[in-house]
Amino acid sequence: MHVLIQGLIMGVLTGGVYALMASGQTLIFGVMKVVNLAQGAFVIASAYLTFSLFTQFGIDPFVSILITTPLMFGIGMLAHWVFLRPLRKEDAVELSILVTFALALLVEGLLSVTYRTTYRSINNTYSNKAFLLGDGFSIPYVRLYGFFISIALLLVLYFVLQKTKFGRAIRATVQNPQSATLLGVDSTRVKAYGFGLGIATSAASGSIFGLLYPFNSGSHYDLISRLLSVVILGGLGSIGGAVFAGILIGVVSSVAAVVWSPTWSEMTFFIVLLLVLLFRPQGMFGRLERGAA
Amino acid sequence: MKLSTEPTKLVTRNGLIRGGVFIALLAALPGIFPQHWLWNLMFFTILYATMAVSWNYIGGFGGYPSLGHAAFFGIGAYTEALFFKTDHVLHSGYEPFFMLPVIGLICALLAIPIGMVAMRTRADVFAIVTITLLFVTQTLAFNLRNLTGGAQGAAVVQPKFDVKFFELPFYYTAAIMLLFAFALSYYYSKSKIGLSLTAIRADEDKAKGVGVRTLQVKVIAFSTSVAFTGMAGATWAFYIGFIYPQFAVDPLITITMVLMTFLGGRATLWGPVLGAVILMPAQQLLAYYVGGSQLYLLAYAAIFLITILLLPRGILPTVTNKRRLKALALKSVAAKASDPLAEGQSA
Repeated sequence: MHVLIQGLIMGVLTGGVYALMASGQTLIFGVMKVVNLAQGAFVIASAYLTFSLFTQFGIDPFVSILITTPLMFGIGMLAHWVFLRPLRKEDAVELSILVTFALALLVEGLLSVTYRTTYRSINNTYSNKAFLLGDGFSIPYVRLYGFFISIALLLVLYFVLQKTKFGRAIRATVQNPQSATLLGVDSTRVKAYGFGLGIATSAASGSIFGLLYPFNSGSHYDLISRLLSVVILGGLGSIGGAVFAGILIGVVSSVAAVVWSPTWSEMTFFIVLLLVLLFRPQGMFGRLERGAA
Repeated sequence: MKLSTEPTKLVTRNGLIRGGVFIALLAALPGIFPQHWLWNLMFFTILYATMAVSWNYIGGFGGYPSLGHAAFFGIGAYTEALFFKTDHVLHSGYEPFFMLPVIGLICALLAIPIGMVAMRTRADVFAIVTITLLFVTQTLAFNLRNLTGGAQGAAVVQPKFDVKFFELPFYYTAAIMLLFAFALSYYYSKSKIGLSLTAIRADEDKAKGVGVRTLQVKVIAFSTSVAFTGMAGATWAFYIGFIYPQFAVDPLITITMVLMTFLGGRATLWGPVLGAVILMPAQQLLAYYVGGSQLYLLAYAAIFLITILLLPRGILPTVTNKRRLKALALKSVAAKASDPLAEGQSA
């Protein structure tokens, strides 16, 4: 029982980080109908960035989020402008998947040329410390901070989407792109900002990911398959769904690791994905696309 | 490839000539260039051409971009490794080749339930499901140690072929597979299945509305497609002799197939072959010059992005389109020249 609760706590804490990563990906899908296969690669890129800022300049990984977020936002806008904007409308959905896959390879290639492929980890003064809670449940500081920062950033994202004019434009585009354009929303700009915002969420989650796990340039493959499971479970395009699914899957895989075995725990992501596709292909909070059966 | 609604003849004289030249070329190539490194290159080119041609069934004609074909490449490779462990006694050395149709069948049957689940979604989610399938297979290959040997890898028994001609049986096996894959591609392009796939790609709801059996056609295309991929994987495993999970189930294999198809021209008959003929030698050259460094990833990504952005339809359709436009332009010039009125106007 003790191990189970410990697994549960770790699962919620890790799930929060997945929720942040996945919210960006699902936002991008909502705004542009683009399945961004490069999300994992951008997370890893941010983790490397944090690593460099920490080792070169001694900037604390959590503080570096303030630097990496605007940077990733800019990179996201640039990537949208160069690679996604020129796609022809009639096969944009199909091609965008391949473009983002190629983008992921490009980022992986750049990272492995710059940093080689050895595994890196960010070890600061508190990265191995933990405190004890109640009946001897150990809670690592980085996980706790990571969780709270993720939740805080999700709240910021929620605020931006709900309360600002820009957020309204994004939500309008998600709901009905044509009507939004007719009502004066500049769809190209909204898409560019939406993509930038989605990539920006990878900055913070990358810093936290780098603190939690060792990573190399190939790590984005593990990450993207998990993120895709989360996003599909939550329902493509639903940010609330992504948050809920992120935490749920975090808990399930963490408990599976304790009860079953760590090597098989990543299979839980795929089992969840399979079950979702069998019984509810639109995900928990997704809407059924026209005619998809 | 032109798909018209009128019934087209399956066998035409021009088609027979083209096919004959293609077969003759495939058969004669190793004789024309009798060097080992070239034979090796030819084997890989033809093997990947087979995979690209078969990826095109579902990814090109059907418009369902599968990113999980490498999973079936790995399944084929590991099935071969399981059937022919190192303690297996080979008599002629050709037995593993005779196993290929069985492996193809296994992959095709495996693809039916997977396809039925994955095809419940649309092209974008289908891509997600197939890419996850790839990672599931890779995880399984790492973790099912009793079957696959895990990270230590699995050995395949080696044939006692004459060292002088070691590559040739592999090359001709790949060539035969390419011919079969190509013939099926040709058949699809001329038959109701191909028409249905094109209709699905254009507008699946409408296709369903007019009575196309969408699920059935998609599953047929997917299943035949991965059958060839699995056989290619098995041939590769036999040729390489030792397989590891990270190379047998590699996202780069998928990317290579997709890139070849897109470069040459998807949903065309010759596009994937053309793509393979261009890309595979380029890849080997690149590997030779930049060696172990990760620059090849950058080169791959760059070629991919440039292809999609500048040649979104691929080489073949772009070239044929240009030629058609040129012919039209010539015709109108000729028409003008023979028309005194038009001459007078332009003067």
